[in-house]
Amino acid sequence: MSEKKIKFKQVKIKREDGTVVLVNKRRANLSLENVVFTTLNTSFLIILAAVMVYPMLNVLAVSFNEAVDTTRGGIYLWPRAWTLRNYEIVLNMPTILTAFYVSVARLIVTVITNLIPTTMLAYVLSRRHYLFNKPITIVFVVTMYFNAGMIPNYIFMQQLGLLNTFTVYWLPGMISAFNLIVIRTYIRSLSESLIESAKIDGASEFRIFAQIVTPLCMPVLATITLFVAVGSWNDWFTNFLYNPGAAHLTTLQFELQKLLSNTASAGGAAAAATQAAQAGFGQQVTPMSIRSTITVVTALPILVVYPFLQRYFVNGLMLGGVKE
Amino acid sequence: MKTKEKKPKRVKFNEEHLHRPKPQMTWRNIWLQRELIIMSVPLLLYMIFFRYVPITGWAMAFQNYKPAIRNVWDQEWVGFANFQNLLNMNTLYGQTFLRSVRNTFGQSILSMVLGFVCAIGLSLLLNEVRSVGFKRIIQNLSYMPHFLSWIIATGMIATALSLPQSGGFINIVLHDWLGILKEPIAFLNHPKYFWGIVAGGQLWKSLGWNTIIYLAAMTAIDPQLYEAAEIDGANRWRKMWHITLPSIKATIVILLIMSTGYMLESGFEIQYFLGAGVNKEVAENIDIFILRYGIQLRAQFHLGTVAGIMKTIVAIFFVASANWLAKILGSERLV
Repeated sequence: MSEKKIKFKQVKIKREDGTVVLVNKRRANLSLENVVFTTLNTSFLIILAAVMVYPMLNVLAVSFNEAVDTTRGGIYLWPRAWTLRNYEIVLNMPTILTAFYVSVARLIVTVITNLIPTTMLAYVLSRRHYLFNKPITIVFVVTMYFNAGMIPNYIFMQQLGLLNTFTVYWLPGMISAFNLIVIRTYIRSLSESLIESAKIDGASEFRIFAQIVTPLCMPVLATITLFVAVGSWNDWFTNFLYNPGAAHLTTLQFELQKLLSNTASAGGAAAAATQAAQAGFGQQVTPMSIRSTITVVTALPILVVYPFLQRYFVNGLMLGGVKE
Repeated sequence: MKTKEKKPKRVKFNEEHLHRPKPQMTWRNIWLQRELIIMSVPLLLYMIFFRYVPITGWAMAFQNYKPAIRNVWDQEWVGFANFQNLLNMNTLYGQTFLRSVRNTFGQSILSMVLGFVCAIGLSLLLNEVRSVGFKRIIQNLSYMPHFLSWIIATGMIATALSLPQSGGFINIVLHDWLGILKEPIAFLNHPKYFWGIVAGGQLWKSLGWNTIIYLAAMTAIDPQLYEAAEIDGANRWRKMWHITLPSIKATIVILLIMSTGYMLESGFEIQYFLGAGVNKEVAENIDIFILRYGIQLRAQFHLGTVAGIMKTIVAIFFVASANWLAKILGSERLV
C-alpha cells in the first residue's frame, strides 16, 4: 500500500450534547468484522453474477463448438473444438434468413410508426391550456388497465382482414399509453418560455413540436426508442396469435421457438438438421448446436447494443418512475 | 390524472404559466386551438377504434357463438349460461378454468414474494459495495437476462434444468460437483417443482432490473444517518437493518401495492412451453386457458371471452384497491 493511501480521512461529528468525536474512516473500514463482511459480500455477488450469466455464455460456447463434439458433453464456458460451421449452416437456412429480414423490417416500421404519433400526442397533452386535455388523457390511460382481451381482439383482427399480414405487427399497437405519459411528463419539465417565445414569433403548433420540442426530447426519445425496439424484436406472441399461417411473415423469435419446442420429439431441430444435411453438410449438424446457434443469432442484436446503450435503458426505468 | 404538482423537486414549471386560468370551452377557443385538435383527434379516434371497438366482442360472452355466422348480433343469446358453465366445478370447462385460476394465483404469489425478497436483499448487498467499478459490473451483468426474449429465456431455463448429459448445469453443480443430490433430477418431469421453476425463471430474468429502483431510493438516504449510527457503534448489518431498510420502506410499499395490480398476469411463454405433458395441471394459467380452449382446441370463442372478461374485472378490482390502499397509506396515487 502506498504512503498516500495510509493517510486516514478524519471526520468530525458534533453530537447533540456538544461533544465532538473524531471518526477515523479508513481504520473503521479495516476492522475484522468489516473485512469479513466485504469478503463474503463480494464473493456472493460474484457467484450470483456468474450464475446469472452462465446460461448465456454456455449457449455461446456451444454455438462455436463442433456439433458432434458437443454431444460428448462437458462444454461449459469455452468451446473445445472451435468452428464456425454452425453459423455457416444456420445463416444458409432460407427460413432463418427470411425471418431475420422480417424481424428487422418489423422493428424499423414499429419504431417509426410508434415514436412519431406518440411524441406528437404527448406534446399536445403537455399543453395545459388545451381544452380536450383531460378527456383524451383518460381515454389513453384507461387502456393501460383495460383491455378487450385475447379473443375479442383476435376476432376484431379477423374481421378487419389483418390476420396473416405484416400490418398486424405495427398498426394495432401504435401508441402505448405508458410511453405517452412518460414523454408528456418530460415535455412538461421543459422550460415553458421557449415554447412561448416561438409562439410569439408566429410558429405554428406543429412547427413548435417538430423543431423545438422534439430536439429537446432526444434523451427521453432515445430511451423510448430502445424500449420499443427491444419489445418489437423480442415479441413472439403477436406472430403466434395473428400470423401463424404466413411462412413469409414469421419472425426470428417464432422460428427459434419452433426449433426449441420440438427437442423432445426432435422434430423441428432434426428437420433443420436434415435440411442442412441435404444441403451437403453431412453429419456435422445436431439439434443442440442448431438451437444454440439460432439462439445466439436471435439474442445478438440486443446484446451487442446493450453495453453501449445500457444507461439509456436504466434512464428509462427512472423516467417511468417519475409518474408513479 | 393526478400528476406531478406534488413533487416540485423533479419537475420545474414556469410559475406564471401554471397559474394562468384554463380557457373556457367556447367555439372561439376551440377555433384558436384548431392546430392542437388536428394533431390529437385523429390519434384519439385511432385509439378508440383499436382499443375500444373490440370491446363490443364482449357480446360473445352472452351468446352461443358460432364462427360460421358472420354478424355478431345474429348469434343465439344465452344470458349468463357461459359464466355459469365456467364457474361450475362439475363441468369439464369449469374444472379446467377454476384450475387455471388457482394456477395463476399460485404462480404469481410465489413469484412476487420471491421477487420482492430477493430484489430487496440484492439491493442491500449492492449498496454495501464500496468499489464503484465492481458494483457497476455486477449490476450490468445482472440486468442482461431482462433483455432476452422469453423464448430464449425459456430455452435456457429448460437446458439448465435438464439432465447432466443434456447440459443441465443445475444438476451438474448439485449432483456431479457438490453431491447434494443423490441422483440427478429431471426437474421438468415433476409437477411439484413447476411453480418453483416459474418463479425461479422470472426471478433470474428480472432480479437485476428490479434492484434499480431500490438502489436509486438508497442514494437519497442522508449519509449523516450512517455516520451517526457508526458513532453509536452500529455494525454493517445494523446499519442495513435500522437505516437503509426503513429509508426505502415507502418505495417497497408502493411497488408492492402496484404489483398486486398485475397479480393476474403470471406470465405466458414459460408456462406454455415448459408446461406441456405432466406439468399441464399446474402450468395452465388463465391466459393459456383462453388460448387453448378459446381458440386452438375447440374454438369455444364465447368461453374464452367469458374467461377474459372475468380476468379483466378482477384485475380492475385489484388495481382500484391498490390505488385506494396507496392513498390511505399516504402515498401518491398511482394513476
